[in-house]
Amino acid sequence: MAGHERPVCRPVSFELHRGEILGLSGPNGAGKSTLLKVITGAARCFGGTIWRPAGEDMAVLDQHPRRTPECPLTGGDLLNACEAKQLPAPRILQSILPQRLDSLSGGQYQLLQVWACLGGSAGLVFLDEPTNHLDPHAQAMLAALLKERPDGRGLLIVSHDETFLEAVCDRVLQVTPVGAVTGGTP
Amino acid sequence: MTLPWDPLFREAFLSGLVLAPLAALLGCWLRLRGEWLATLGYAHLAGAGGVLAAVLHWPMLLSAMLASALGAVFKWLFGTARAGNEVYGVMILLGWCLGLLAAANHPGADLVGRVFLDGQILYAGRSHLITALALAVVGAILLPRLSRWLLREHFQPGHRRANRQVLWPMDLGFDGLVVLVVAATALAMGVMASFALVLLPAWVAWGLARGWRMVLWLSALLAASAYILAFWVALVLDQPFGPVLVAALLCLTPLRLLGQGRYAAGGHAGDL
Repeated sequence: MAGHERPVCRPVSFELHRGEILGLSGPNGAGKSTLLKVITGAARCFGGTIWRPAGEDMAVLDQHPRRTPECPLTGGDLLNACEAKQLPAPRILQSILPQRLDSLSGGQYQLLQVWACLGGSAGLVFLDEPTNHLDPHAQAMLAALLKERPDGRGLLIVSHDETFLEAVCDRVLQVTPVGAVTGGTP
Repeated sequence: MTLPWDPLFREAFLSGLVLAPLAALLGCWLRLRGEWLATLGYAHLAGAGGVLAAVLHWPMLLSAMLASALGAVFKWLFGTARAGNEVYGVMILLGWCLGLLAAANHPGADLVGRVFLDGQILYAGRSHLITALALAVVGAILLPRLSRWLLREHFQPGHRRANRQVLWPMDLGFDGLVVLVVAATALAMGVMASFALVLLPAWVAWGLARGWRMVLWLSALLAASAYILAFWVALVLDQPFGPVLVAALLCLTPLRLLGQGRYAAGGHAGDL
């Protein structure tokens, strides 16, 4: 049961396996992002248990990655800061690495932030609404980025875009908000 | 041009030459965290601490640093480590009224108060130089580690918490370094000059540089250049150092225009 002041989603139980991409889907306000925040320690767990393997690092993409209007750091600086140099950056990102972050489009910045999570050594990667700011072409690039991850790490992706989740995830879990009636007839 | 190397002024000159780029470097991280106004709060409290030290016959530099450190404690009590600017506004007002009231009611403190306002670098002596060098060494050791943490915290604010890493030692280390450098700079060069050293070089570098390393180098270089020029002008023309340094730093700000248009936000046509 996850939430800030009160539980917002129904009890859920799932496992994220190594090498797996698990999607969390559901309507707005269902508590998908809150559930992710509980797992990453940013929101309250009202009950139940979260088990994580000892010594396993996590990387987290926020729903709204911080971006300042003027920022002289480059894409390469961002990857350095996030210790995302474990893997060579994909070809689609190479051209934006020397550019200042404030000169990047919203889609470029989002892809860079996704790779900042994927390019490091974290064994568990959590991406909250990674398709934000991305047009269909960029979403295809994101799908390619996700496929470039090294084997053996688990990815949890929260998104309201079910088509995207179906395309990139091995499993998709539906999150239902507290108070929602499921399976009933009017 | 050789005046700063005169034995009479050498220690004062070197004190400022160490502190000016150090303050400007810290300004880069403060700007990244949106906390650049912290400097004015800490500097005012350091000024008040120095004036009160004159009243109470306490060591001035130590008192200024302690008062500035109290500002950091105040920030921690009334906000988070990423507190808003309102906390610094309160610090500025607190330092301002305490310092001026103490200066108005004690003849010795009045002189010290004016020194803080004018920023008389020539009063800086050996103890100041030793303090500045010690802070530079501490900064050289701490900043590379702190920088990695501060940058990651900026771009991935949930990372440390998700990995159950404690946050406060790094926050404390950075705030502590800022407090000590600002207090030492305010005592040597004046309250407004220390604020200008943190704010202006980093702001100019922000507009011009591409890449974090270049931002740091440019900020430090601009601060050192403005300081050397101001020291020489203040000495030759017999002017109060603080305002001259602020004027020199203000003269750098049009350089930001060189960067305008080169880094327009929003990307390029045809990009993602």
